[in-house]
Amino acid sequence: MEIIWQGIKQAIILIFTGNREVYEILFLTLRVSGSAVFFSMLLGIPVGVLAGLNKFPLKKFIIAVINTGMGLPPVAAGLIVILFIWRSGMLGFLKLMYTPTAMVIAQVLIASPIIAGITLAAVQQIDPKLKQQVLSLGANRFQVYWILIREARLPALAAVMAGFGGIISEVGAVIMVGGNIKGETRVLTTAAVQMVRMGNFDMAIAFVVILLAITFGVNFLLTLIQQKEGIGWIRRF
Amino acid sequence: MNKFRFLSVTSILILSTFIITTSVFAFSCKDKVKNTEIILATTTSTYDSGLLDELIPVFEEETTYKVKPIAVGTGEAIAMGERGEADVILVHSREEEDRFVEEGYGTERRDVMHNGFVIIGPEDDPSAISGLTAVEAYITISANEALFVSRGDDSGTNKKEIAIWEETGTTPQGDWYIESGQGMGETLRIADEKQAYTMTDRGTYLAQQNNLSLIVLVEGDEILFNPYRVIPVNPEKHKDIDINYEGAQAFVEFITGEKGQAIIKEFGVAEYGKPLFYPDVIK
Repeated sequence: MEIIWQGIKQAIILIFTGNREVYEILFLTLRVSGSAVFFSMLLGIPVGVLAGLNKFPLKKFIIAVINTGMGLPPVAAGLIVILFIWRSGMLGFLKLMYTPTAMVIAQVLIASPIIAGITLAAVQQIDPKLKQQVLSLGANRFQVYWILIREARLPALAAVMAGFGGIISEVGAVIMVGGNIKGETRVLTTAAVQMVRMGNFDMAIAFVVILLAITFGVNFLLTLIQQKEGIGWIRRF
Repeated sequence: MNKFRFLSVTSILILSTFIITTSVFAFSCKDKVKNTEIILATTTSTYDSGLLDELIPVFEEETTYKVKPIAVGTGEAIAMGERGEADVILVHSREEEDRFVEEGYGTERRDVMHNGFVIIGPEDDPSAISGLTAVEAYITISANEALFVSRGDDSGTNKKEIAIWEETGTTPQGDWYIESGQGMGETLRIADEKQAYTMTDRGTYLAQQNNLSLIVLVEGDEILFNPYRVIPVNPEKHKDIDINYEGAQAFVEFITGEKGQAIIKEFGVAEYGKPLFYPDVIK
């Protein structure tokens, strides 16, 4: 029990005394997972919307692929990325191995199917008559998509939360492609792992507490937006 | 028509996102990376003990190189060297090292430091192995089927453990023989939780001692000698890969040089009362 309190105390001390290493790790975590979630949105939301609203050959197959991707084990994502980017791999010349970029790529691979899958489910929930209606009012194709995306924005926000939660808490892939290098590719999760390996349990707990605080903070913020929007959305009816 | 448009729009989106992601980040990192980078594949014992955190900053300050230490077991470190994924390796498994250099993957082997392996176990030592030789201890443990945790990960420590089992003429198997498949730190904790016997390098044991109830029972046996060597990866073996051989040599010179050796000698003395590793070049 005592070690837990000590860890929490240590976490507070580390945060408020501005420990440089902790801040570096914190910012790197936010930078990596933030950019990964951003690119995953760019990729996942359009794919989800397009796949959800259109009829095309192999639609069921592609949806099944996306759904499988939602449960893609991070280690698998890590391994796939490694095979491409290590020195002897196809993209070896880019020298991406053990860089934050590699971690972003692996996380995009994990998060974009999650975002695509939830978005897809969300747009399929929208009344198909709405699409007909908007079309009959003379909207062009992109206007239709835009209106339907707006209609599905709350679930899309949930999708982003799920994606972010999935990658910021992930260890397997980032440790494989990032190498857990101190000051370069060490994020909160891998820092906690390293501290356990080195026997510094209070530091490990401190990193976990910070990680929990961030995920809670981000989710709380997004929930606020979602709930506020939700009320306005209901009011419109 | 729709189908085509859908497919083309999607594929363009996917492609462009990927190209943007990779290029943006590739360019943002490129300056830093440009062959001042050395990838050092090493064992968990040198890393988890904290030694590399002391050595690397000093080396980086003295030279313009940037070291990326990747902590894996000796087996994997050597495999990384063979594939050209590392520029230099710091490992502890004599036979493997010799083979690595003889097959031309490494250019030279240089002694860096050593410590000893120790066999540790519960304080009450239920199988009474205290003071035995390593081989005798293993025979006793296996005869009593006392819990024993093996790294089981092809690391240097694991290779040494297997070599000792080979000396005993018995093959360890059964419920009492647990393979953790993890690094030394985790393995020590598993052994501690299960109150089992295990073998560890002394450095990691000392670094973790405060969290452990297990005590040293067998030490000082010749077979338990644990030497670490550094080997630069041969660039001739990987002509299509940009191996940083100069950087690797600089690292070798540093770690076997006066400054590196002095750091090794001092490391851990203040905290544990004795060094975790003994330098081989200076005494």
